[in-house]
Amino acid sequence: MNSLAHMRLVGLIRKESLQILRDPSSIAIAFVMPVVLLFLFGYGVSLDAKHIPLGIVIEQPDRETQSLAGAFERSEFFSPQHFSVIQTAQQALKEHQIDGIVWLRSNFSAQLLSNSAAPIGVIVNGVDSNQANITQRYIEGTWFAWLTHYAESRGQSLTMPVTLEQRVWFNTALSSRLFLVPGLIAIVMTLIGSLLTAMVVAREWERGTMEAMMVTPLRRSEILAGKLIPYFVLGMGGMLFSVAIAVWQFHVPLHGSFWLLMISSALFMLVALAIGLLISIVSKNQFVAGLLAIIVTFLPAFILSGFLFDIHSMPSWIQFITYLVPARYFVAILQTLFLAGDVWSVVLPNIGALLIMSLFYFSLVWRKFHKRLE
Amino acid sequence: MYFRLIWALAVKEFLALLRDKRSRFVIIGPPIIQLLVFGFAASYDLNNVPVAVYNEDLGEASRELVSRIDGSPNFEIVAYITHDRELAPLIDSRDVLLVLHIDQRFSSKLLQGTSAPVQVILDGRNSNTAMMAMNYVNRIILDYNLSWLASQNKSGSVAILQTRAWYNENLQSNWFIVPGIVGLLTLLVTLLVTALSVAREREAGTFDQLLVTPLRPIQILIGKAIPGMIIGILEATLIIVVMVTLFDIPLRGSLGALYLGILLFLLSAVGVGLMISAISVTQQQAVMGAFLFMVPAIVLSGFATPIANMPQFVQWLTYLDPLRYFLVIVRGVTLEGSSFSLLLNQYWPMAIIGIATLSLAGWLFRNRMY
Repeated sequence: MNSLAHMRLVGLIRKESLQILRDPSSIAIAFVMPVVLLFLFGYGVSLDAKHIPLGIVIEQPDRETQSLAGAFERSEFFSPQHFSVIQTAQQALKEHQIDGIVWLRSNFSAQLLSNSAAPIGVIVNGVDSNQANITQRYIEGTWFAWLTHYAESRGQSLTMPVTLEQRVWFNTALSSRLFLVPGLIAIVMTLIGSLLTAMVVAREWERGTMEAMMVTPLRRSEILAGKLIPYFVLGMGGMLFSVAIAVWQFHVPLHGSFWLLMISSALFMLVALAIGLLISIVSKNQFVAGLLAIIVTFLPAFILSGFLFDIHSMPSWIQFITYLVPARYFVAILQTLFLAGDVWSVVLPNIGALLIMSLFYFSLVWRKFHKRLE
Repeated sequence: MYFRLIWALAVKEFLALLRDKRSRFVIIGPPIIQLLVFGFAASYDLNNVPVAVYNEDLGEASRELVSRIDGSPNFEIVAYITHDRELAPLIDSRDVLLVLHIDQRFSSKLLQGTSAPVQVILDGRNSNTAMMAMNYVNRIILDYNLSWLASQNKSGSVAILQTRAWYNENLQSNWFIVPGIVGLLTLLVTLLVTALSVAREREAGTFDQLLVTPLRPIQILIGKAIPGMIIGILEATLIIVVMVTLFDIPLRGSLGALYLGILLFLLSAVGVGLMISAISVTQQQAVMGAFLFMVPAIVLSGFATPIANMPQFVQWLTYLDPLRYFLVIVRGVTLEGSSFSLLLNQYWPMAIIGIATLSLAGWLFRNRMY
């Protein structure tokens, strides 16, 4: 009996694996999608602005305005364009040709020389608030550097009272690639575990082959294991593939231990698979399963996991929701294992959370699946 | 007759999609929930970042600096430490994002008129958050310097900056993100509805039957496109209403310019969806295909990170992305009050993408038989 059960399970796994291998879209999700995502985020995306197109309006050129404009021209952050009246510069801002304006009025030099705090008008396009903040800070930095330089040129010394020394741990150059690439592994695994599994199992419900399987002597645990094992292997394959690209192509360091990475990935994979199964049981239709899987698992993994946006800054009711997103725990583990090392105070609680989640979702799957058999 | 046939097909498509209660629900329910959650969650602004202060200086000046950090809504001081060895565990365990270290000679150096360094130790695991936090610290230090100079009668500021931001006066990042979500969710729903429409029939075997009816491929194409367009317009309208009423995002431009944009955007989304659908044999392939298109389309659209920061080669790729143009239109109409003529260069590329993908889909209907 035992060997019969064993044979049944092996047969089922074989059938599921053949189904995966036969459909190129499953392989595409496991191996093409990681490449597309990693390369897009590794090379394409950056929040570090350079060569910001900046309009400089000089209503009356002279030595003072020239020296200030020169400070902007020498900065690597700006590529300045010159205007002589504010109206044409504002038109250029409206047409998105420039992102900001620095406006020196005709009496700028006179006020400057009389020491009466000459105003410099600054206008930025605020639509992209994040970039607008960065642009403002670069303008402030350039302005302060020019003030010091200007004071020196007049024989005064202007020492900066407080200077800031910054030391960044774990990612010294603050390269966004180093933090985005590990987080992407969570997204790739969510795709395989939840979206692909939800679709495939929903198809079995849609076609009635799931009901057909239920009248066979296969036990509930065997049906579940037969579904889970091939996709688990596929998901872990996708994970290892992504790790290889991250380490060898993007040179993201892996400071933590490889085995810890494997254990936490396996746990996360189980949670993702359980959620995928649950979605397929609830929806029983491929369109609903696909849309639900994207909206319940993929988008939260992107937005609510701390992968892109800081969780601390979210309103508290949303912070509460993020505790329900398994990717949140896995992203924290990934970023720590890759960039910092085996920090137990981060890794252990998050692995614990993943363990609880996998138990919770599997018991839910167990119960829901059972009901259909009745 | 010609249009009656198309209409009959479109009605059948609607029924196939909306007959199921769960399908009706997922088209409307989750996108609205997503808009609410993501609208509030997706923000680059930092609030209450946990900070530890390591102040070795006893003077008045350092207390003033610490109280400025404490008073900032961006930071929340969660720990005061007194030893070097306490520092690393706090950052390692992510209990604090940054530690502000003030040297014991800070006040005395400041009073002597020499530069007094302050050290900031940041957790770089999330480099973007670290960079933002650094910006906030920089601004606080700059303000501190200016008021220090003023108090010492050293008026360093012979010239002062008067900064204004246009269109998004308070620089709220959800004014940038939420209009983007309109494009994102509309694309998601429209693409899935159309990508599954042909694939569903292929899987069931009814597409072959459809091909031998008197319907011409162009009629099948239009019949399949209509439900996607109508659902997309309703979806977009619903999301825009929620955006304006709940998130208080202004609608400064004309609705006509916005809806022309929505129409052309949907045309290109439906075109891409039908093209994916025509290539796929199963619904699974259709969903995966839609996905393989959608993820790069979102990343390259400028939804979260500016196109101008991408490498040149990637910037060229973005011209193929219909979402890129639509995001300029939504943000333009809502925040900037852009007129039709200012957006002209965003309209025609979407029309071209739409026509190209739709004709390719029509060609694939006929020339791909299994």
